[in-house]
Amino acid sequence: MNLPLPDPSTVSGLLETEAEAAVVDAPVAGSPGGTPPVDMRAERRQARRERMRLLLRRPGFIVGSALLLFWLVCAIGGDRITPFDPINDFELPNTRPGADHVMGTDQLGRDVLSRVMAGARDVLIAAPAAAVVSVAVGTFLGLLMGYYRGWIDEVLGRIIEALLSIPVVLVGLLIVSSLGASRIVVAGAVAVLFTPIVTRTVRAAVIAEAQLDYITSARLRGESGLFVMTREILPNVSGAIVVEFTVRIGYAVFTIATLTFLGAGIQPPSPDWGLQISDTYRLIQAGHWWPTLFPAMAIASLVIATNLVADSIETVSAA
Amino acid sequence: MTSVALAPDTATSHALAVEDLHLAYRVRGVPREVLRGVSFHVRSGEAYGLVGESGCGKSTTAYAALRYLPSNGDIVSGRILVGGADVTCMSERELRQFRARSASMVYQDPGSALNPSLKIGRQVAEAFAILGEDRREARQSAAAALRRVRIADPERVMQRYPHQLSGGMQQRVVIAMALACNPKLLVLDEPTTGLDATVEAEVLDLVRTLRNETDAAILLIAHNLGVIRSMCDRVGVMYAGRIVEEGDALEVFEAPQHPYTVGLLQCLPRHGARKSERALFTIPGTLPQIGTPLPTCVFVDRCVLADEVCRAEAPPEVPVGDGHFSRCHHVDRLDQIPEPTAEESTTGLAGKIVIKMHDVSKTFHQHGHAIPALVGIHLGLTGGETLGLVGESGSGKTTLAKAMLGIHEPDAGGEIKLDEHLLAGKAANRATEDMRAIQMVFQNPDSALNRAWTVRRILLRTIKKLAGVTGEAADTRLNTLTDALRLSPRHLDMRPRQLSGGLKQRVAIARAFAGDPRIVVCDEPTSALDVSVQAAILNLLSDLQSSESTSYLFISHDLGVVRYLADRIIVMYLGRLQEEGTTDQIFNGPHHPYTEALLSAVPSVDGEPSERIRLTGEIPSPANPPSGCVFHTRCHRFMEGTCDVIEPPVVEIELGHRIRCHLPIEELERTPIVAV
Repeated sequence: MNLPLPDPSTVSGLLETEAEAAVVDAPVAGSPGGTPPVDMRAERRQARRERMRLLLRRPGFIVGSALLLFWLVCAIGGDRITPFDPINDFELPNTRPGADHVMGTDQLGRDVLSRVMAGARDVLIAAPAAAVVSVAVGTFLGLLMGYYRGWIDEVLGRIIEALLSIPVVLVGLLIVSSLGASRIVVAGAVAVLFTPIVTRTVRAAVIAEAQLDYITSARLRGESGLFVMTREILPNVSGAIVVEFTVRIGYAVFTIATLTFLGAGIQPPSPDWGLQISDTYRLIQAGHWWPTLFPAMAIASLVIATNLVADSIETVSAA
Repeated sequence: MTSVALAPDTATSHALAVEDLHLAYRVRGVPREVLRGVSFHVRSGEAYGLVGESGCGKSTTAYAALRYLPSNGDIVSGRILVGGADVTCMSERELRQFRARSASMVYQDPGSALNPSLKIGRQVAEAFAILGEDRREARQSAAAALRRVRIADPERVMQRYPHQLSGGMQQRVVIAMALACNPKLLVLDEPTTGLDATVEAEVLDLVRTLRNETDAAILLIAHNLGVIRSMCDRVGVMYAGRIVEEGDALEVFEAPQHPYTVGLLQCLPRHGARKSERALFTIPGTLPQIGTPLPTCVFVDRCVLADEVCRAEAPPEVPVGDGHFSRCHHVDRLDQIPEPTAEESTTGLAGKIVIKMHDVSKTFHQHGHAIPALVGIHLGLTGGETLGLVGESGSGKTTLAKAMLGIHEPDAGGEIKLDEHLLAGKAANRATEDMRAIQMVFQNPDSALNRAWTVRRILLRTIKKLAGVTGEAADTRLNTLTDALRLSPRHLDMRPRQLSGGLKQRVAIARAFAGDPRIVVCDEPTSALDVSVQAAILNLLSDLQSSESTSYLFISHDLGVVRYLADRIIVMYLGRLQEEGTTDQIFNGPHHPYTEALLSAVPSVDGEPSERIRLTGEIPSPANPPSGCVFHTRCHRFMEGTCDVIEPPVVEIELGHRIRCHLPIEELERTPIVAV
């Protein structure tokens, strides 16, 4: 093949949309005005069902949401559903995984499985909270920068570059150590860390959107900047924002674990995963790998689960 | 243009033979038929054109010829023979060999067919390396290949990246690569769409010369019927996945024998037709959706001649001439297709001047360089008049329109007056009254309509902002608008992506008319549409104008369309007005040399202009305009010592007809009369 051929997937995609357009268009032209009105709500419901069907067809989505669901149940259930009390139940320390303790016990004799299950709660509150805040602020800034450009973009752009150039962990540690360690501060620190990244993504999407003619048309009828940003542009970049949100949750889980591991986050005796790892990782040398491995796997599974879901949503909404 | 000494006429000797090809796309698991038994053949050295509306299956046919189909495309039955080998039953390996050695394709957008990060030399050499040449040989072959596509300085071009070349040069490079393997079959898919008329003429000339040098069979797909007519020996008219008429290109265009072909050709403003003389023909309805069962005649739902016979049985191939057939039951009744009626429409009769631009310039600043995109423009637009604006891309047409609209603030010194009062340079600083007076219809309705909004919301918001009414009054206005634009109420709750291109453009026009504008700027409003849809939109614009007496500033690269719609025309080059006059004055001459070249570049369905003037080179950068007359670098009437030194004055050669040229009228009159 001596020439690059266009991507066949776009060709087929095109055909599908064209076919859809034709479905709607054909009856009108054929018999003007004589067609029964289509129930738009039913149609939209149909579209939503279709998207759901496409999602459920993706193994990644199924696996990801099953994992997410599991951790959600753990987080909501807390110590009501764990086999042992995750904080105050001291059994024989350093028991290997076995029949009584599926994941063994830690150096204080607490059941690792119970602690891993209960540990989901902190992170499942803090990570989405951090993602919500960073996406909200990032969207606002991204809209401003992408729509107005000019000096606003210059100034904010430089600040964002500066923030992004400082290592994530360092900024996190600085914030947490100066404001004290609590769940809220950790979530806040992660939100601050992620805002510039979200801003950059949203800004890029807004810039692409702002170059389209419907924005010119809005200006030609004298719309205010606020109206154009929130009513005209925002709905068209919401897809990118939703994807960014899900991706950010995954990273937030990871970053929160990192901060708590470094001792700057949620404090003992909370069963937080990062904290568990930092409490027990020195015991690996003594052959006690289980109190470290299982919370690490929990972090990994949650991050992977959110990424699988994010990826599926992105693919389906792009199609 | 019929080639002599063609290969004998048997299926295996044809360079390309498609036999009863049925092809379906699986959409959500359901196969939908796209091609319903397509049969045609192209001999070596012959050029075959496929025409039809978008969605009729012409591109699918072309891709199928290389068996390059999306993953959901299945060949249901039929054969595709290229040089005797059946493409439909090749293995992956054979297919790769076949595509590397026997067939090539040239795509619509040369910019995206070239890898932006590789130098031209390397990309072209790659095409030869695949054929087994070593690096040095491949480089030499690449230089030779570029020379073959008439690139004068191949060594220098090979050192460049694609973005450093103009669109015409890029397309030459792509063609050079396509010819590398000396293909038996060359597929050209809309090779000149998106290029300027002058560049298009250049590329078409090249393909025409190359045809005499190779014996490749050419399959050409173009929505521009003029291109097909000027390039092809034979042409197949496709409709809903079937070839409904096939024959010698000239014969088909001059004496079409199928109602669909007749309709398509009548959609075009031909033979210098004007809106005052006749409305354009439109084909009612739209193409059936892919996969619709069409057991009888495929065109029956939109055909004015359709009767019981047509609804009962599929028409056979009716021979209507030598190698010319039509798939129609009623070939003998074609004269019953009604001619479009001549409508009374008021054309811009010297009314009062509505908007006036006085000495308007616009300079952009980029990296500290001043780029004058518009220089000293004077123009006036009277009520109900259409002013056509023509020129190559980069000539400043859109900048002029945007300056009028207030999207680009003109430089200090210029004046834009609406009626008698001065308009602010920026739209945001204009009064609502002034804003509603000037509105715009954009080229691409996909970009012009907010995808997230329903049609109702788009229109109601505009009515609220521009007409200043809400509630019941707004609904009344909405109904008036949708009626005028022939939109059905059902469309109001749809979003743009659920509408076809023509409907989208109607919504965009409805929006422009929402506040009763005095002037509407139309920036190539039909260039993204099929001819049948274009005709409907042009008729609509013309009707709206006569009922609302709106003035249009109409930008278009299609001179046929401009001639049809415009009362007066302005020709621009490099941000400067070159010629201004009534439509008749512009088309009948005497012409400015630039106008002359533009007029002769356009391939027309009505045949070739008697003499061709080719513009060579590219439009110079506005940042660094040529001295004297800005056009002197490309002018075929260039006079050394005058044109490159002194800027020519604007001379009014007759009432309302102004030309910016040094040549005396007598000299300008000695021009071949060019038909469009």
